[in-house]
Amino acid sequence: MEFNATLIGEMIVFAFLIWFSVHFIWPHINKAIEERQLKIAEGLGAAERAHAELKDADAKVAGEIRQARKQAAEIIDKAQQQANQIIDKARADAVAEVDRQKALAQDEIASMAQRARAELRERVGALAMQGASKIVQREIDPAAHKALLDQLATEI
Amino acid sequence: MASEPGGFTAYIQHHLTFLTLPHVSHGGFWSWTVHVDSITVSLALGVLFSLWFWLKARKATAGVPGKGQAFVELVLEFVDGQVKDVFHGDRRVLGPLALTVFVWVFLMNFMDLLPVDLIPLIAEKCGLSHFRAVPTADLNMTFAMSITVFLLMIFYSFKAKGFGGYMHELFTAPFGKHPLLWLPNFALNLVEMLSKPVSLAMRLFGNMYAGELVFILIAGLFSAGGIALYSLGLVGYAVWSIFHILIISIQAFIFMVLTVVYISMAHDHH
Repeated sequence: MEFNATLIGEMIVFAFLIWFSVHFIWPHINKAIEERQLKIAEGLGAAERAHAELKDADAKVAGEIRQARKQAAEIIDKAQQQANQIIDKARADAVAEVDRQKALAQDEIASMAQRARAELRERVGALAMQGASKIVQREIDPAAHKALLDQLATEI
Repeated sequence: MASEPGGFTAYIQHHLTFLTLPHVSHGGFWSWTVHVDSITVSLALGVLFSLWFWLKARKATAGVPGKGQAFVELVLEFVDGQVKDVFHGDRRVLGPLALTVFVWVFLMNFMDLLPVDLIPLIAEKCGLSHFRAVPTADLNMTFAMSITVFLLMIFYSFKAKGFGGYMHELFTAPFGKHPLLWLPNFALNLVEMLSKPVSLAMRLFGNMYAGELVFILIAGLFSAGGIALYSLGLVGYAVWSIFHILIISIQAFIFMVLTVVYISMAHDHH
């Protein structure tokens, strides 16, 4: 055991080193470490949140797609119905038109037949007159024989 | 160097002599002299520690750390973890104190791993007669640290318990409050208190001194003559160096942990 002033000197050095460490080393490094810990914790939290958000978005997208599909199917159904309606209406219109045209044609035919018949009757009357006059070799007085002729015309 | 006049014994003695100023002491408990080698080496290593950690601390970022910063943080977190395990209070002083003790003591112990003749040889070239490179193998060094820790213990005892509380504890624990027991209580507490710095200092000093002595003894084999002894010396030096890496780390660690334990005990109420 032999002590000397080295002891005092080393105590001063040690105290200085402790002081230096307390004020200039420990707080700065510790601060950096704690800040980084905070950052990492925040990063992990953000990742977790992003993960949850992604899940939500996926579910939302799936729902939207389902909705869109349903809507499209509805639209197609509606279109089909409308097309059927249009076709039915067109068919009905066509049938009506055909009927109308047919009726018109029949009317015309009937009136034309009527006219033809009347004309024929007149012509036959005239022909009969001519024929008869030829047979009789003289003019038949239409007035005198009118009754006879009219009777003849109705008989034809 | 055993070929120097005086032989092996002189070689060992030479290696165990401090570079003392202003004059070589003549024994006795106390002398007003200074071990220049211990002061120089410990101061240089203390400055090395401070500058190194300070430079890293100054540029420390909370972002991605560089390797240098990561290493410094690793050391700091290791120390902080040890302190946290023992002491459940504000670590703003005890943390850096433990860090200083750990790194500084480790660096000083590490001087033991340098070739035992290297630094004395360089010193001799510079005109210094003696030079001991391991400050922790100097009782003055280890006691300087342990006494500082002891003063901190007393300071924190007063701070945590107040003057009355501390005195009450000194005189009434552990036996009881009876006035007849005051003196025995105080005597026992005194022994307990004083044993702490003594054991703290002696443990580190003993380990480092013994380690250094073994290095010196093994180094003596190099010049003992004969290739066989030389080879034995080489092997022995290598083996002891590797083993000593463990010892210097453990001693630095023990000194740090005990420092923390003692100061945290000073905070405890009995």
